[in-house]
Amino acid sequence: MNELLRIKDLQTRFYTRDGVVHAVNGVSYSIDEGEILGVVGESGCGKSVHALSIMRLIPDPPGKIERGEVWFDGQDLLTVSDEEIRKVRGGRLAMVFQDPMSSLNPAMTIGFQIVEALTLHLGMNNKQAEARTTDLLTMVGIPDAKNRLEDYPHQFSGGMRQRVMIAMGLSCDPKLLIADEPTTALDVTIQAQIVDLIKRLQAELGMAVMWITHDLGVVADVAERVNVMYAGYIVERGTVRDVFKRTRHPYTIGLLGSLPRLDEDPGTELSAIPGLPPDLIDLRPGCPFAVRCTYVVEQCWNETPPLEPTESERHTVACWRWEEIAQGVA
Amino acid sequence: MTQYLLKRLILVIPVVLGVTFFAYSMVLLTGDPASALAGVHATPEMRAALREKLGLDDPLPVQYGRFLVRIAQGDLGTSIISRIPVAIELRLFFPATIELALAAMTIAIVVGVPLGVIAAYKHNSFADLGTTFGSLVGVSMPIFWLALMLLWIFGLKLGWFPIGGRIDRSVDLQTITNLYIVDSILTLNFPALLSSLHHLVLPAVALATIPTAFIARITRSAMLDVLGENYVRTARAKGLEEKSVVSRHALKNAMLPVITVIGLQIGLLMTGAILTETIFAWPGMGRWIVNAIVARNFPVVQTGVMVFALIYVFVNLAVDVSYGWFNPRIRYN
Repeated sequence: MNELLRIKDLQTRFYTRDGVVHAVNGVSYSIDEGEILGVVGESGCGKSVHALSIMRLIPDPPGKIERGEVWFDGQDLLTVSDEEIRKVRGGRLAMVFQDPMSSLNPAMTIGFQIVEALTLHLGMNNKQAEARTTDLLTMVGIPDAKNRLEDYPHQFSGGMRQRVMIAMGLSCDPKLLIADEPTTALDVTIQAQIVDLIKRLQAELGMAVMWITHDLGVVADVAERVNVMYAGYIVERGTVRDVFKRTRHPYTIGLLGSLPRLDEDPGTELSAIPGLPPDLIDLRPGCPFAVRCTYVVEQCWNETPPLEPTESERHTVACWRWEEIAQGVA
Repeated sequence: MTQYLLKRLILVIPVVLGVTFFAYSMVLLTGDPASALAGVHATPEMRAALREKLGLDDPLPVQYGRFLVRIAQGDLGTSIISRIPVAIELRLFFPATIELALAAMTIAIVVGVPLGVIAAYKHNSFADLGTTFGSLVGVSMPIFWLALMLLWIFGLKLGWFPIGGRIDRSVDLQTITNLYIVDSILTLNFPALLSSLHHLVLPAVALATIPTAFIARITRSAMLDVLGENYVRTARAKGLEEKSVVSRHALKNAMLPVITVIGLQIGLLMTGAILTETIFAWPGMGRWIVNAIVARNFPVVQTGVMVFALIYVFVNLAVDVSYGWFNPRIRYN
């Protein structure tokens, strides 16, 4: 597989009145062509901010991408001109957002909102763009798409709006689709439909997908590899099988332990991770998870553990004690 | 939509009736029209005869009914001072005010909206602070003082603009609508167009100051809200240029409160026009009505109040109807 996206040491901060928020703290990884990568972590762990940083959509001020490289298709997106990044956005690199209720422009027809991207990136005339928009909407499962082009977002349900957003994201044949919690705002049956839809479209169109979610079930279902993020760091990364079966980071262990399982005895209590995610404004040195970690030792307070390979090269973890955890000693 | 318009138009009728009744009876409150008409040297008998002749002894509803019938026939009465039918004077003065008000409103929108957009887009920058401060000054400025200053500096000291009137006396213009700009374009009269524009600048700028400031402030705050919305991020994620993100995706959503303020300001322009017209010797409705009030020229006052009220009613109707375009979620039923 060819590498499509390589991120090196990405760091994003927000300069707010209360202090500097260390939202993303040196994230490095890559995505291959046609791969589905899951990015998991709790709210505020930097999942969305790191994705927006890739697109250079961080509102500045207060946000600032401090350093790093984002190599996509042979270009470092962080150093190209504004005009170049605009050509990439919505074209080869598209994004579907969390909240379909507010992500579509309420004052414009959905037809126009998709046509706009097509005329911009693919140089289509209005007629061609409308025909393709109808095809796209049909593809994402909007019934009677031809007659819905003139409709406004408020005339669609939440699930249907997310389908429209997906159609918009796919309109210019992206090589990478960033799906930022695309199902969070939807109810459960609709969530399943949207998950299936993106999976099917990914298989048909062969694009890579970065799937940001806090739903571990979805990741297990759709992704090949997964990044577990905590406090702006990647703390564990590997194939879904490795991360779920040979879990090495205490945070991932906690996340998985908090999930209900069908094969458990009825009445088994779910375990919760004690404490709260750290305040990203005064992030201390050392492991960000130390405060909540049951495996914490002296070293964790002073030195931030690097992301290092475990038993397998492709399964990396940022924990000083992963070997002991692997052997079940700790 | 058509149904909604019809319904709104029907609703205009009671409003107009109310306004005309108010206009009619309000004038009677200020004193006896017959004594105003008859003059100070009239004997009580002469006044009584005049009252009889004008039907002022009849009960108020009867008088009002008669007044309505006359208006419906297009008879607005005769000016007590000039002895010219009010309808003829109205045809002369009304277009002058409309021309001035439209020019002022055009300036206010063309200057105010972009200022507000820039201030919001460059939030907390020098441009933003400048606009915020400038609009505060603009809103607080007494219009008569500003008008006098403009007149003094640009009219008298620098001599760049004429100090009064609508057009040079030396320029011939065949009037059709009495809107001089329109007339000079219709008759392809270039010197007249130039001269009337030249005369329009100072009064229009003076009249535009307050609405410009209001519109800039409202546009700024509405844009600030909208620019933080998710769909603006979506527009950027699509790869659109900032220009279209702001002017197409954001501005349309921010226009609702702006349109409301524009509507209200058109109403207030009528009040402002009275001062501006007086200072710039602009032969419009404002001066006409003020003179009529001073002289207790009742038919003129009644007509003027009615016309202003009708403008207000129809501007509001237009604003309500335009909401639907800016916000498709608004339903007309």
